[in-house]
Amino acid sequence: MSTEAHGPTAGEYIVHHLTHFNSTGHAQSAIIDWSVWNLDTLFFSVGLGIVTLLILIKAAGAATSGVPGRFQAAIEILVEMVADQAKGIVHSAESRKFVAPVALTVFFWIFLMNSMDFLPVDLLPKIWALISGDEHAYLRVVPTADLNGTLGMSIGVLLICIYYNIKIKGFGGWVHELFTAPFGSHPLLYPINFLMQMIEFLAKTVSHGMRLFGNMYAGELVFMLIALMGGTATVFGFLGHVVAGSIWAVFHILIVALQAFIFMMLTLVYIGQAHESH
Amino acid sequence: MNLNATLVAQLVVFFILAWVTMKFVWPPIVKALDERAKKIADGLAAADKAKSDLAHAEKKVVEELRKARESATDVRASAEKQAAVFLDEARAEAARIIAQAREAAEAEAGVAAQRAKEALRDQVAQLAVAGAEKILRKEINAQAHADLLANLKQELQ
Repeated sequence: MSTEAHGPTAGEYIVHHLTHFNSTGHAQSAIIDWSVWNLDTLFFSVGLGIVTLLILIKAAGAATSGVPGRFQAAIEILVEMVADQAKGIVHSAESRKFVAPVALTVFFWIFLMNSMDFLPVDLLPKIWALISGDEHAYLRVVPTADLNGTLGMSIGVLLICIYYNIKIKGFGGWVHELFTAPFGSHPLLYPINFLMQMIEFLAKTVSHGMRLFGNMYAGELVFMLIALMGGTATVFGFLGHVVAGSIWAVFHILIVALQAFIFMMLTLVYIGQAHESH
Repeated sequence: MNLNATLVAQLVVFFILAWVTMKFVWPPIVKALDERAKKIADGLAAADKAKSDLAHAEKKVVEELRKARESATDVRASAEKQAAVFLDEARAEAARIIAQAREAAEAEAGVAAQRAKEALRDQVAQLAVAGAEKILRKEINAQAHADLLANLKQELQ
């Protein structure tokens, strides 16, 4: 094995870091394979989901109408922000009882998952390699940089949209809308309308998931490229790593919060649209 | 970038998290926020009420002060009037007492003068007798008599 004598090449390093730790133990070859589980994504997304709930439940348990502490005030600012947005977009107080908490969960959870990008790219994979005893163990720590993670959430939003479409308009009303909107009610237009509606649902859901995935995947990749610079162990590489890494990390703070906010807002917008008749 | 069963798991996790948040997180926080908003609104209303109460009380205080000042002026005026009356009365009384005293003194002085006159008269009589004695003792001398009488006259004056 000649590769063990010297470090991995840049290409090998990147590919290694972009491969999931999954239930098969090696990189998934098929584009779609429903028998495979990405264990790293599951571990980190469920773990951060639990952290999200613990933080929120702690805030909820300590919530009083008296003078709030700093922690409670911080959570309340978030809750108020989400509640205001939900109020502006979803015009049904009954629906908001579920929709607003969904938006809050989505925002908090995605914010935490995105924030995994701030950990050094090699930190958790190295620790995992030591624990598992396998020097080449795969591990990806950002669940939102896995298309399964983001599409899972956007499909969840799609299901909520369909639920509210049927709940608000009735099943018949919704089917009627599928065939008569957006171009109008005429037998010749039915197929075109239906096709447009299907494209709309597909485009919304895919772009919803893909937008978050793309941003976080690209961010992760840039961190890896910056890490490669430091990996050259030259003065130029070290300085480049420090400077570029700092700038990108600061910029990434914006992306992390922004993408979480965008995902939350689009969730509200899509569910709000499900409440409106064409 | 491959799709696999993780997607379904993520979907399920998504709904579990959303459900827990809806059930246990959202209601207490929103309830606390609403309650606090109500408390603050109540506090502001109470502050407004206190302010108007204060203004009312201040107006009342000014009114009471004005009344007190007025009545004080009245009291002082009547007291002055009464004092003037007292003073006049006292003055009249004093004048009466003085007049009485003067009268009494005058009466006493009259009596004393009368007594003195009577005493004087007695002495004159005695002197006259004494003079007569002296005249009688000496020989009759016209010149001497005339001198004696002149002397007598002088004494009587």
